[in-house]
Amino acid sequence: MISTKNIHFSYGKGTDFRFPDITTTSGESLLITGGSGKGKTTLLHLLGGLQRPQSGEIIIEDTNIATLSEKKLDHFRGRNIGLVLQQSYFVASLNVLENVVLASWLATGKHASEKAKQLLEQLDLKDHLHKLPSQLSIGQQQRVSIARALINEPKLLLADEPTSSLDDDNAFKVADMLDHLAKQYGTALVIVTHDQRLKDRFPNQISL
Amino acid sequence: MITKIAWKNIWFKPLNTALSIILLTASVAIITLLILLQEQFEKKFNDNIDGVDMVLGAQGSPLQLILSSVYQVDAPTGNIDYTEAKKWMHHPFVKTAIPLAFGDNYRGFRIVGTTPDYLAKYNAEVKNGKIFTKNFEVVIGSAIADKMGLKVGDKFFGSHGDAAEGELHDHQAYTVTGIASPTGKVIDNLILSNIQSVWAMHDHEPAQGEEHDHDHGAAADAHHHEDGHNHDHDAHAHEEGDAHSHEAVAPVNEEGKEITAVLLQFRNKNAIFMWPRIIAQNTKMQAALPGIEINRLFSLFGIGLEALQYLAYGIMLISGISIFIALFNTLKERKYEFALLRVNGASRLQLLSLVLIESLLLCITGFIFGTIVGRIALGFISGSSEDEFKMSFNPFEFVWEKEGYLFLLTIFVGILAAVIPAVKAYSLNISKTLANA
Repeated sequence: MISTKNIHFSYGKGTDFRFPDITTTSGESLLITGGSGKGKTTLLHLLGGLQRPQSGEIIIEDTNIATLSEKKLDHFRGRNIGLVLQQSYFVASLNVLENVVLASWLATGKHASEKAKQLLEQLDLKDHLHKLPSQLSIGQQQRVSIARALINEPKLLLADEPTSSLDDDNAFKVADMLDHLAKQYGTALVIVTHDQRLKDRFPNQISL
Repeated sequence: MITKIAWKNIWFKPLNTALSIILLTASVAIITLLILLQEQFEKKFNDNIDGVDMVLGAQGSPLQLILSSVYQVDAPTGNIDYTEAKKWMHHPFVKTAIPLAFGDNYRGFRIVGTTPDYLAKYNAEVKNGKIFTKNFEVVIGSAIADKMGLKVGDKFFGSHGDAAEGELHDHQAYTVTGIASPTGKVIDNLILSNIQSVWAMHDHEPAQGEEHDHDHGAAADAHHHEDGHNHDHDAHAHEEGDAHSHEAVAPVNEEGKEITAVLLQFRNKNAIFMWPRIIAQNTKMQAALPGIEINRLFSLFGIGLEALQYLAYGIMLISGISIFIALFNTLKERKYEFALLRVNGASRLQLLSLVLIESLLLCITGFIFGTIVGRIALGFISGSSEDEFKMSFNPFEFVWEKEGYLFLLTIFVGILAAVIPAVKAYSLNISKTLANA
């Protein structure tokens, strides 16, 4: 569950963003749309705790992450927020499974290998566990990063343009998958996109 | 886990890693080798001059005299008259005087005519058999016994001079009567006989069989001493009793006989500084001080060793730079990786330590390889110096203090090389990095 109040963010020199308040509960999905330059990515980074607002509150499960200390924020982010980015990044020297397990170790200090395998299997990556990420296709890499985002069963799953580099078939597959997994894990899902195809898929929308 | 990632990361770029490790290995190996060589070399040299305050020998290079008579590596400077040398050997200032006469070798091992004092000076004992008492009886060093497979009772012919190829003295064989205990010093590679054997061998006259007891100096006193009588002889002769107790068994006419050198230990240390001048002015001999000559030798070596050391530190600097460049270059492509780790909950400090650990892993690996390679090199050097100078080095010795410093230096280089990349990783702005992707 996530709710925001009066978020204001400024890069200085005229680029000033005031974002509408949003609320999403567990298992629910929210689509945030808007053209480029409207601050979609900025909002996503604010929600994900990668950046701090100048003012306003971002409350995830009773914690206002806008006021957390740097170290606590790192920990909170690892534990409670899953992030799927437009482009997938990995630790290039670790294989697919290790990359996913690493996310669980960084957040909880435990190696959730079994769970990682299970998630990757569910995302149809069973045969690729021991490959390096660079050996996978773009679509497969995206699914690995979804698995990685969900390994700690976060309260909030954020997706930044998850479908922009995919064809229609795959775009809908990924959209379904995210929606389905969010419900399965009881996670609030927020997708930031300008992809028209998704607008028909998610009824709950906010436009910036 | 961070260490595991670091380990995987450094092997993800095997060429960069190999370059850094090879450079580090080279520098650590050279420095380790120098440390071990210097330590063991100096120890070997200093062990051997223990108990030798001065060497009396023929005029010439004092360093040569020391090298030939104390370390048995160089050719002797020449011979001195035994009668003349004796005047100084029996001087009241002298505590012990060990005469040495060189002449022959057996397969490259020197046969040295001396007194049993020589064994005592090196704390060597006759482990098997007994000390030489008659002409052409010899005690062999432990290393020779091992290498040549000689046993008590074996006989062999010596060759003239220093070289194994010298003219063979086949008219008279030496008999092994004893084997000395191992000492780690030059005596392990020497064959010891009495002085008369050397004279007899080169006069081409067989040993004089009968023992005519001419009442001569130390020998006679020695007999009294061993019998336990407490005659009040003059001090020096009495004390030297042990030294010469066996010498007179096969007496030879000493008139006109020559020896090569005398190792002197003083009772009165003042003499050490006076004698070289007195002897140079009054005799045809010279007196050389081993301490001074060896220091001179070390300072000559020192220049070469220092140059090598600077070279090694230079290589270490280059390896530091190579690690720095490798880390710095990959930083650009890895910044997304770092941002991602932060997204997944890694703290700034974990990123800092990741970069540091990568550098340290390289350094520690390089240090371990370097230590091993340095010792392998010392093993080879030991092999060839053993052949040429009968001097071996132990590659398995650890000079903890100096090698500890070397380790710390290596770690320091690693940290220094990683500081800038690590701080960059630490201060990475994740939002900016990911937004500009």
